[in-house]
Amino acid sequence: MNAKPSYSLFLGLLLAFGLLAGAGPAAAEDPEVRLVIREHKFEPAEVTVPAGKKIKLVIENQDATAEEFESYELNREKVVPPKGQITIFVGPLKPGRYPFVGDFHKDSAKGVLIAK
Amino acid sequence: MAGIAVLVFREVLEAALIISVVFAATRGVPGRSRWIGAGILTGVLGAVAVALSAGVIAEAAAGMGQELFNATVLFAAVVMIGWHAIWMATHGRQLAMQMQTIGSEVSVGQRPLAALLIVVAIAVLREGSEVVLFLFAQSAGGSGWVDVAGGMALGIAGGCATGLALYFGLLRIPIRHFFTATNWLLLLLAAGMASQAARFLVQADFLPSLGPQLWDSSSVLSDRSILGQTLHALIGYDARPAGIQILFYIVTGALIAIGMRLWGKPGKGAPRTA
Repeated sequence: MNAKPSYSLFLGLLLAFGLLAGAGPAAAEDPEVRLVIREHKFEPAEVTVPAGKKIKLVIENQDATAEEFESYELNREKVVPPKGQITIFVGPLKPGRYPFVGDFHKDSAKGVLIAK
Repeated sequence: MAGIAVLVFREVLEAALIISVVFAATRGVPGRSRWIGAGILTGVLGAVAVALSAGVIAEAAAGMGQELFNATVLFAAVVMIGWHAIWMATHGRQLAMQMQTIGSEVSVGQRPLAALLIVVAIAVLREGSEVVLFLFAQSAGGSGWVDVAGGMALGIAGGCATGLALYFGLLRIPIRHFFTATNWLLLLLAAGMASQAARFLVQADFLPSLGPQLWDSSSVLSDRSILGQTLHALIGYDARPAGIQILFYIVTGALIAIGMRLWGKPGKGAPRTA
């Protein structure tokens, strides 16, 4: 069996995905919303954001344990490290309610993004 | 304990389903258990390492380290799966014929098992690192040792049982069609991973969404349900996909399908030059 075709194929696939992944736009100035996680709760637990615009969500975790920001409605998921801060881009959203949770402390860490 | 078990189950399920497809796709290959076992072990060690460096990864690349990390390992898995699927298209027929006549394990020369080791390791690493972080958080939050250990055991057992069920279900496919079926499964698996990678890049604002939400099928099949999560892991089901996810899905699927057709024609050897 000649190993050459598999190898060039492999490189070709790698290149194709590299090109696709590299073709992104530069980040523009987007409205920013800040959330804080404290004692496994989001503060504020309810935020109103403009509909039809991409939103930059900045989440700061003041707890000593990791949290995972998760929202099926927003189709987003990201770990927030202990005493750390993350940024996540969502939308542009249609008007409506978009609940989110801290997946590691679901009972207390609940919030909702309201797009108007 | 139930909460812990449910979260662990969800993460283990995704990895277990991927491993089942890989295990099925390597049916009849000597030494595959060792390769896949090594992949799982590498993945577990990697998961702990990733969990321990969660802070470093999160801060890397101007706060977009997680997205870049996830997208990179997903694309690596896509390339490995694609490579294997195309390789199988040229050798699967031969393998199936040998298995029909000999009915036991056969060797058809070198197979890219190392590629699948990486796929398995990546699947375990991605899901496992979340489990590890979660368990850290649980034990730091005062959950008892019994709750954590019990929840983990239940979750892992449930996830593995579902994976085994899929594996034995796949084994019922007649051997003539077996590798065609597993090859299509690999194609869909890779396409789904490419779509997930695209979602991470949109989340980091590195890629345009091309429509933030093309449709919402969550009322028909929620991605929270077991079926939704199973289909998410296997074929990349997403109830609210962005446009670019669909683009990545289709392009990946098409590239692999074209590769299988180009290299997988019956009676034709692999071309000498690329």
